[in-house]
Amino acid sequence: MKILTDANIGEIVKVGKNDAKDSLKERLLALGLTNGAKVEVLRKGPKNNLTVYRIRGAMIALRNEESRLIKIL
Amino acid sequence: MGLTAQSTKLESMNDIFNISRTAAQKVIALAGNPNTGKSTVFNYLTGLNQHTGNWPGKTVVSARGEYNYNEKEYIIVDLPGSYSLFTASKDEEVSRDFICYGDYDAIVVVLDATCLERNLNLVFQISEITNRIILCVNLIDEAKKKNIVLDKEGLESELNIPIILTSARKGIGMNELKKAIEKVASSNIEDKRHNVKYDEKIEKRVSEIIPYLEEMNISNPRWSALRLLDSSIDIFSYKKNNNLSIDQAKYLASKLKIEPDNQFIREKISEQNYNYANYLKQKYVTEDYAKLNRDKKIDDIVTSKIFGIPIMLLLLCLILWITIQGANVPSQILSSLFFGFQPKLADWLIKFGASNFVIGIIVDGVYGTLAWVVSVMLPPMAIFFPLFSLLEDLGYLPRVAFNLDHLFKKACAHGKQCLSMCMGLGCNAAGVIGCRIIDSPRERIIAIITNNFIPCNGRFPTIIAIASAFFAVTSSSFVNGAVPALFITLLIVLGVCITLAVSYLLSKTLLKGIPSTFTLELPPYRVPQIGRLIYTSIIDRTIFVLSRAVVIAAPAGAVTWLISNIYIGDLSILAHISNFLEPAAYLIGLDGFILMAFIVGIPANEIVIPVMLMAYLSTGTLTDFESIGHLRTILVSNGWTPLTALNTMLFSLLHWPCSTTLLTIKKETGSMKWTVVAFFLPTAIAFAVCFITASIYRIIF
Repeated sequence: MKILTDANIGEIVKVGKNDAKDSLKERLLALGLTNGAKVEVLRKGPKNNLTVYRIRGAMIALRNEESRLIKIL
Repeated sequence: MGLTAQSTKLESMNDIFNISRTAAQKVIALAGNPNTGKSTVFNYLTGLNQHTGNWPGKTVVSARGEYNYNEKEYIIVDLPGSYSLFTASKDEEVSRDFICYGDYDAIVVVLDATCLERNLNLVFQISEITNRIILCVNLIDEAKKKNIVLDKEGLESELNIPIILTSARKGIGMNELKKAIEKVASSNIEDKRHNVKYDEKIEKRVSEIIPYLEEMNISNPRWSALRLLDSSIDIFSYKKNNNLSIDQAKYLASKLKIEPDNQFIREKISEQNYNYANYLKQKYVTEDYAKLNRDKKIDDIVTSKIFGIPIMLLLLCLILWITIQGANVPSQILSSLFFGFQPKLADWLIKFGASNFVIGIIVDGVYGTLAWVVSVMLPPMAIFFPLFSLLEDLGYLPRVAFNLDHLFKKACAHGKQCLSMCMGLGCNAAGVIGCRIIDSPRERIIAIITNNFIPCNGRFPTIIAIASAFFAVTSSSFVNGAVPALFITLLIVLGVCITLAVSYLLSKTLLKGIPSTFTLELPPYRVPQIGRLIYTSIIDRTIFVLSRAVVIAAPAGAVTWLISNIYIGDLSILAHISNFLEPAAYLIGLDGFILMAFIVGIPANEIVIPVMLMAYLSTGTLTDFESIGHLRTILVSNGWTPLTALNTMLFSLLHWPCSTTLLTIKKETGSMKWTVVAFFLPTAIAFAVCFITASIYRIIF
């Protein structure tokens, strides 16, 4: 399975599995990164550190450390 | 709560859990995702000026206000925004506890009309707790601009919850909201809520647990059953009326073999909540995708890899330039007004037969210091603040955090430290409270301790006044504004660098750890209401400065006058103190008077320059003061060199936090140790940096 970090800018992907744990998992779920959620990759920030995604209609920036935990379909 | 006069008072840091009220008063809670305009709704209803800004996490403590409608009294509680009742940061905890266990008669969930799908998740969670719920779909004007159309009736009949479409900042729909609140809060409404049905497995478990809860007379069995299944047992810590207590929860969990804190079930529940939200959105909301991309286009520039940081620095410099240019004239006017009146005040007092001593203490001490504070400190504050709020309302701050995150990550600090740092520009105490948006305790303490390296509104004018006096000596007024602006921008960059360096050092020593997880929402850009914003922030700053002037500057002025006029031996007490401080002050390129002013300025940094000037003027070399233009003359005649100016600014940037900030740090960390660190660490850095610049200067010149 690919991970969210692999998705290219402009791509719209679907969440396959959210592998985060504990409070991070809670937070990502609260933001709407549940199984089957559509995620659009919008842009990468300085030093490719943060990537902006459109999740459930909101723009959310995640570090690679976090987006790596999201498997995509 | 953001950067308001109110938020810097100590009492504002108490969260409201137990609402004091009379029997006739109704309590209304305002909940919702971050940045949906709860504070704007709150302000509209109560007429209070809760500070608003366009970034998630601005309100970190709850605020209380009151309003009347149809001759009934309502108490309204503005809760910090939260995405979910199950996430873990400090500010969200405040909301969670109040929503789950607070004593309210109705809860208004404020939703962002442009982001309904995400917002509905919280609605479902709250609607499981109470049927006294009203949905306030706010920012309907923004939605209209983006061609988002909402079928209100359809959604209302599907959810069976009253929905009001509002634009709080324009006052649209607010009367309907009040009406709906009245209806829901006062009568015994029929419970017709349509709550999310979960999958068979979960519903089966719930139906097994509910009979036990009903037997125990628990007031909200379905909610308690669900939370037994998906939450940590701590959620039952509060005991109120007929809620499940933690002991009862433990008993049931072991009896019914419920696995504690079951993340799998939580995930399923979230997923099904969101699926329902998505279904509702598909059915009742139509969007225009092209309009949605407006923000994306702006962000492509503002947060681009190449232009992001330069644009940020340019904006900062521009704001400072406008502040310096704009403050110049009002400062001149205010100072000539105030100091022109000074001799008249003295004359009057003489007429009333006041002694020289009384005249001295009132006219030169109290009045003189007040005049300094108002004429030197007020104008830059009153200009900088609205400008900064403008960027804040526009939604620029999260973009700053976005652009700088890689630096904070390298410093092993939290990316949101950048937001609390920006809040520090207004007031460090507010910045320290703002650190609540950071979940990880380690990174929160780092953010709290380093907040002081960003000059607050009390220190800004100090730095601006000195920079203008010393680094604006050409004849062109454009250059005279631009040079100090550039200089102060560099100073702030230095403050950020030191913040990063200290964060890194703390992460490697006292607060070891790796950067924790980070999610940052970039809110849609919103056009600020410029008129209202300028008006409220100028009024707010004026009240703030004036009240601090009365409370702190006036007594400080009196004391300074006293110690400079009471003699022990040949010298005044002031001179004794100054002589005592002189050796240390000399080492760091200052003089005894400056260092003393910084010490006297512990309660409020605004009074550093006024006290210093008082001290200089009372030593008698130059007592005649007409306008702000004389500042340079006074300083130079008291032996100031460019080094003194530079180091006074550096010392002001880096030195110990003011007493309000220290008390806030004590309160927020709950630890004397970190409070002591927060005092000595900046102090040591200030001394070290100033010692280095002084030594280099003395070697070269």
